[in-house]
Amino acid sequence: MMDWISQFALVLLATCQDILPIAAIIIGFQLLVIRKPVAHPRKMLIGFIYVLLGIAFFLEGLERALFPLGKLMAAQLTTPAFLGIAPTEQHVAWQAYYWVYIFAASIGFATTLAEPSLLAVAMKAEQISGGTIRAWGLRIAVAIGVSFGLALGTYRIIIGAELYYFIIAGYIIVIIQTLFAPKQIIGLAYDIGGVTTSTVTVPLVTALGLGLASTVPGRNPLLDGFGLIAFACLLPIIAVLGYAQIAQWLSKGSLSSKP
Amino acid sequence: MFKNPFIKQLFGSFLDLAPILAVVLVFQVFIVRQPIPDVGNLIGGTLFVIVGLTLFVQGLEQSLFPIGEAMAYAFARKGSLFWLLTFAFCLGFGTTVAEPALIAIAQEAASIAAKADIIGQNDDAKDSYALGLRITVALSVGFAILVGVLRIIRGWPLYYLIIGGYCGVIAMTPFAPPEIIGIAYDSGGVTTSTITVPLVTALGVGLATAIKGRNPMTDGFGLIAFASLTPIVFVMAYGVLR
Repeated sequence: MMDWISQFALVLLATCQDILPIAAIIIGFQLLVIRKPVAHPRKMLIGFIYVLLGIAFFLEGLERALFPLGKLMAAQLTTPAFLGIAPTEQHVAWQAYYWVYIFAASIGFATTLAEPSLLAVAMKAEQISGGTIRAWGLRIAVAIGVSFGLALGTYRIIIGAELYYFIIAGYIIVIIQTLFAPKQIIGLAYDIGGVTTSTVTVPLVTALGLGLASTVPGRNPLLDGFGLIAFACLLPIIAVLGYAQIAQWLSKGSLSSKP
Repeated sequence: MFKNPFIKQLFGSFLDLAPILAVVLVFQVFIVRQPIPDVGNLIGGTLFVIVGLTLFVQGLEQSLFPIGEAMAYAFARKGSLFWLLTFAFCLGFGTTVAEPALIAIAQEAASIAAKADIIGQNDDAKDSYALGLRITVALSVGFAILVGVLRIIRGWPLYYLIIGGYCGVIAMTPFAPPEIIGIAYDSGGVTTSTITVPLVTALGVGLATAIKGRNPMTDGFGLIAFASLTPIVFVMAYGVLR
């Protein structure tokens, strides 16, 4: 118990240093530029202490639960016993790791559908498009984008291909789609990539990638371990632009029924 | 259902984690079928994550969000371009430096780099590497918000910026050392979560409302997108320079 407390105190101290810059910026602007007293100083101070404690607890919890969990899943899903191959085998076909792809896709799909900020954005998109884009359809499109992205990302780690081939190919697809997509949806589609990767998902997915790269034979965590988040950001953009395109075609097809 | 906002938030944090736990549990019970080592630590850590997330979001809503939003609207109306741009930069920088996911990933990247002998094995070298990464990402987000605000004021089309950002990424990749590329590409998605998105969206929508001829629905978006591209370029530059 004692070492838990002392370690927590250390994390708390480090968090104070992390939070200091933003506190300084806000107070500086308030005093020097806006020149009005803060509305509820007491409530503000308590809120700040909450933020400090919250980050410290969160980081400590990541270290104890989410990071180990991601690495554990990666390790268990790639042991030779689980794959049903000889432990000395050095060249394993990428198909053998199919449970890894399914796991990555499930994590992506489940976390994206449950993401509260995505729900808000989807409602806004329905408004902007005047109903041609449905909030549910958009959420499903994004969830499919993220799950496909994570599955593709784990596939890349397992075969050890260069990350930027995939990403640059993705950029080219996005640029081509941008030329044809309905104009109002473009800003939203670009933003969606950033919205889907929440504070809880990022550490787990990173741990999964690093764990995979250290257990799959011939992979190096430093070179191959990162990159899953990049896939999870890029694929939803493609999915949403594609969905908007299809929704537009469908509504054009049924234009005779609507003015 | 819940009167107390704190309990409501606690429930919300649990819902954030629930899909992950559900998927992991299904896989453990039906597919892996092996005992989980160190269950106590995992459960304790999960509770820590839930409590931490709750306090964090509750604290943000009480302190940073109201003050940040009030400032964003105040600056958007004030009309001084210099102060607006300074504020935009500081907002991007400050919110990114404090982002918990970025703190965690930077530490993880530093320990991986130390294991591979890219940097020294001691804690000092790791800390300075992690701090360097975070400062780089924060600078790049500050820069992105500044340019994004200029875009809203001048009315440039969004895809000029995005395609420009893509070209920057593609041009920078061949020069970057291979061990930084993965971290760089990931850093784009890491930055734009809990703190940054609401404050930056408030700034964008506030500006688009205050300026004539701008539509908050279409011009207010896009700040986040550009802010998840510039970190890629900046982190690769950090890899080249250090």
